[in-house]
Amino acid sequence: MKVGIIVFPGSNCDRDMATVTQGILNLPTRMIWHQETDISDIDLVVIPGGFSYGDYLRCGAIARFSPVMNSIINHAKQGKYVLGICNGFQVLTEVGLLPGALIRNRDLHFICDRVPLVVQRNDLLWTSKYQEKQVVTFPIAHGEGRYYADPETLKALEDNNQVIFRYCSAAGEINSENNPNGSLNNIAGIINPQGNVLGMMPHPERASDAAIGATDGKAMFESLLMVNC
Amino acid sequence: MANKYHARIYVTLRSSVLDPAGVAVESGIKQMGYQGVTGVRIGKYIELELTATDESDAKTQLDQICDRLLANPVIENYCFELTQLATNH
Repeated sequence: MKVGIIVFPGSNCDRDMATVTQGILNLPTRMIWHQETDISDIDLVVIPGGFSYGDYLRCGAIARFSPVMNSIINHAKQGKYVLGICNGFQVLTEVGLLPGALIRNRDLHFICDRVPLVVQRNDLLWTSKYQEKQVVTFPIAHGEGRYYADPETLKALEDNNQVIFRYCSAAGEINSENNPNGSLNNIAGIINPQGNVLGMMPHPERASDAAIGATDGKAMFESLLMVNC
Repeated sequence: MANKYHARIYVTLRSSVLDPAGVAVESGIKQMGYQGVTGVRIGKYIELELTATDESDAKTQLDQICDRLLANPVIENYCFELTQLATNH
């Protein structure tokens, strides 16, 4: 499993991610500048958090037209893995690899917090190290993280079990009181129908090192070690 | 023959999308004392100049630019006004 981390102007979680994949898990990891187009050596592409192109126009809108994006679309179409975190999730919706959009938080605040999430499925590569319905705590840090999709798209997501993480209470209750940004159906992370593309607003890479006091995210990356590529 | 056009592009949130910034501004307007103001929605205004063979070509280019970049059709609508600036022979 070789990891490629995309670096846009304005990315700021790229090195956090490399610290986890290479530093903690010893996975071969390469930083990929957004002008590159040959990513054929990569198994897992990570689009990290940050403020690509300053979040100008809309979050992720301009990153969509970086040269590396066509290679990422082809990578995904081949069934290889793509993970978008925070700004990376916004980029994946802008480019159409995941449905819907991430828009301004309901209460307009930039939220920097640690929040509980329920893991909806553990039959996927991404979550095989978690229990089904396990409640984990991940950091969130976003101003535009409110998941929105039209009713038909939302129904399709639910019918196909594409929602992987939802905001919840510490006890796992999914309700509007425990929905930090106003996301529809408390959605925090979704996959595409094939399951090889995952986008999520919370930051598992910021909860993978005991030295910084949170380790609930580490299992997500450990599950990648079980894949033989 | 190439013509130069000036475009004024308006990008607005779809009516189904909650606009919390619009709600906040509306409450500010009411604080000012204008109790009769409702329905505040905040959008974007973009100007650009472009070269095209004719008005139809300019509209085609603008539609593509808006659909792919300036507006996100999942959450936004757009419209534009086009003015011809000059003709280059």
